[in-house]
Amino acid sequence: MTDRSESAASPASGAGAQLRRFARSLLTALITLWLLVTLCFLLLHAAPGGPFDSEKAAPPAVQAQLAQRYRLDRSLPQQYLAYLADIARGDLGPSFQYPDFSVNELIARSLPVSAGLGGLALLLALLLGVPMGVLAAAREGGRLDRALMLLGAAAQALPKFVIAPLLILLFAVELHWLPAGGWVAGDWRYRVLPVIALMLPNLAWCARLTRSSMSEALAGDWLRAARARGYGEARLLLVHALPAAALPLAAWLSPALIAVITGSAVVEQIFGIPGMGRYFVQGALNRDYTLVLGVVLVAGALVIAVNAAVDALRGWLDPRLRVMNR
Amino acid sequence: MPPVPTTLTVPRGSGDSAFAGAMRRWPGAAWRNPGRLRRLLLLLPLLPGLAFAQELVRGNGPEPSTLDPHRCQEVACGNILRDLYEGLVTEDGAGNVVPGAAESWTRSDDGLEWEFRLRAGLRWSNGEALDAEQFVASLRRALAPQTAAPMAALLRPIANAAEVGAGTQPPEALGVSAPDPRTVRIRLNEPVALTDRLLLPVAFPVYLPAVARFGAQHTRPGRLVGNGAYRLDAWTPQASVELARNAHFHAAGSVAIERVRFVVTEDAASELKRFQAGDLHLTETVPPRPLAALRAQFGETLRISPYLGSFWLGLNLTRPPLRDNPDLRAALVLAIDRDILTRYVTGLGEQPAWSVVPPGARDHAPPAVAAAQWSGVEREAAARERYAAAGYDAAHPLNLELRYNTSTVHRKLALAVASMWRQVLGAHVVLRNEEWKVFVQNRRARVITQVFRGGWIADVNDPLDFLETFSGAGNPLNTTGYADAAFDALLRQAAVLPAGAARRDALTAAEARLLAADAVVPIYFYTSKHLVDPRLRGFESNPLDHHASRWMSWAAAPATAETP
Repeated sequence: MTDRSESAASPASGAGAQLRRFARSLLTALITLWLLVTLCFLLLHAAPGGPFDSEKAAPPAVQAQLAQRYRLDRSLPQQYLAYLADIARGDLGPSFQYPDFSVNELIARSLPVSAGLGGLALLLALLLGVPMGVLAAAREGGRLDRALMLLGAAAQALPKFVIAPLLILLFAVELHWLPAGGWVAGDWRYRVLPVIALMLPNLAWCARLTRSSMSEALAGDWLRAARARGYGEARLLLVHALPAAALPLAAWLSPALIAVITGSAVVEQIFGIPGMGRYFVQGALNRDYTLVLGVVLVAGALVIAVNAAVDALRGWLDPRLRVMNR
Repeated sequence: MPPVPTTLTVPRGSGDSAFAGAMRRWPGAAWRNPGRLRRLLLLLPLLPGLAFAQELVRGNGPEPSTLDPHRCQEVACGNILRDLYEGLVTEDGAGNVVPGAAESWTRSDDGLEWEFRLRAGLRWSNGEALDAEQFVASLRRALAPQTAAPMAALLRPIANAAEVGAGTQPPEALGVSAPDPRTVRIRLNEPVALTDRLLLPVAFPVYLPAVARFGAQHTRPGRLVGNGAYRLDAWTPQASVELARNAHFHAAGSVAIERVRFVVTEDAASELKRFQAGDLHLTETVPPRPLAALRAQFGETLRISPYLGSFWLGLNLTRPPLRDNPDLRAALVLAIDRDILTRYVTGLGEQPAWSVVPPGARDHAPPAVAAAQWSGVEREAAARERYAAAGYDAAHPLNLELRYNTSTVHRKLALAVASMWRQVLGAHVVLRNEEWKVFVQNRRARVITQVFRGGWIADVNDPLDFLETFSGAGNPLNTTGYADAAFDALLRQAAVLPAGAARRDALTAAEARLLAADAVVPIYFYTSKHLVDPRLRGFESNPLDHHASRWMSWAAAPATAETP
């Protein structure tokens, strides 16, 4: 209470207020992550079956050894506290399913792969989708508009597990242009089809979103005013309508970005890509406690970071939000 | 090519792209495409290429869980470890036991003392000498409880192995010794066929200095030291494991293929496409599709052969309605048309089963099952008769739960079986589908299960391996709860008998008892199925489906230029 009134009283301490605001959001972020980890920890341990349950039961001595190695012989609160202490040190622990690797290593190797593919896919979706949406809105109801929106609807309706095999059939099996899957570090040919598969649904979203918010903006009063001043069509579209239309796009961007960089389990499995997305599924099926917690923690941190960045972007795009934040 | 930080690549040598494009094409696809556009496009450097002309690219299913031989328990790691390591004995392409690190061995008359004579000048892949003492130390590590080796139970017949495994005796008490640097002596508690078990990764020698230094991470490229035909060159988790020929291998001169890449192919449909695109030379499996269509498409590249695996439906004998109800169990066994299941539901050349031990098992004679020879009409009549004898009829039908783990193939089969029981017997069958971990727990607990998906894949080529899953009430593998003292006695008898007629008879008698009690509903025997590049030589079918790369070679020197 006191510091708020202080900062209001003396505008000179604006930097201090900003710092405090930053500290507060950091604290909120940490509490969110802690809640996330706690919830996930409880859910994982509540799920029936454990990481070492398999068809062949290990002898008791072996089970005891494994339980000790992974601290499963301790009580659940003890395991939880030990885990929190580990992650506070930045150690996500060893993987249950892949004992030759630590979870840190698995994520360090897979996240850049997913993020690289996903980031590229989203960038391309924006670079292609925004112009497509603008063009469609400029000639609303025209032939181009209808064609683009039909394509968009098709790309949006086709799930990735249909698109990906179709791409493989066409470009790898029939035409032999590109590999049908797999991964060779540094070889761009292995990235082309996955990027297309990841891009198409995003491209469709992006184009449709741009078109609808553009046509809304074009119908706005200020556009009519600008048009009455005799501004050219291009200036109307790009200078007056587009920034306004970019707002919904920015709102869409943060979930889309998070979804693509944490990886798509479907696309990764079909193309055999060593990305992070498959660990969400595999880890849960194998009851690989540490791996699931690790990827959830990383994804949670990404969500918070991306949301903060996109909020900043929206504030910059929309002056009204800046006023509200103050 | 900039180094990408996401992989475990160690320097891979030069010439990566020099031979690119050589070994890639699936012959027969070339003519399918229209000419000019295609020729134009071939000029583009877009073609998927393999790094080296002599590289063999193998589909390998899921990511291997580990490359520590003592901790490996699934197929994916076993395939790679058989290239990286060699036990005292090894398998040739056809699956026969042949000399490995040991050039010869002797077995005492009682079958309890084995002596292995190592080859002269054995070396690890880092050039260091490999002697008998290191084989002994490795076996001790495999059985020590700290290692938690999942397959250690198969080495239990070694003297004191049980005590060492339980931690009541030190590893040095294990019945293995090295009287001189080229002799490994192994003492057994019971006269089992030891060489079969020495083929398992858990019996491979592990380079202990690396284990001491790097712990669980001794399996990385640059650290992993093996003694097999290949050495580990690169490992990109969830993508590939790359191997290169090991110059220190005792038979390095006879290893034809220079580099092997095992790629992760979790999805069988994607694996098939990668084979069609020419990116793979050998697939781990083939997706379930009608055999005739696959044959028409792939011809001789499709290799299907019997696999030492048996698929059955287990019956919980410890709870009603199947407990103390042999008529009902017999009715369930008889009502199923296995030809329809294998021809139209599984469809990959599986063999209909009326017994438990598959036909490829060594030294095995299946018991005669009369119903196997009956016509469909006779079989169904008998099923209805037994069903009525059990006290069920149209007014009082049987209500039954059929449980399986989530998988498309299992669901299809469960649906077909349920409809057969409904049509033939009039039983009401409810399907229960459970996630794997839940399923194995329930199956082992034997509380809520009635009929459930069961089966066994052999670890060693021995009928006993299959039958032992039904012995003993405390046995966690005994999911049916079958308890028969005479059956157990026959197995114990067979366990100590040498291979021969007496052992075979004991096992046949045991299996006959199991089948007469209708403790299981045999359905089919598995097949192994692969697509094999027609230019690849030395890929032979064998019952355990083991295919070490060292036995394979290319038919002819591959062309280095593409001719459109």
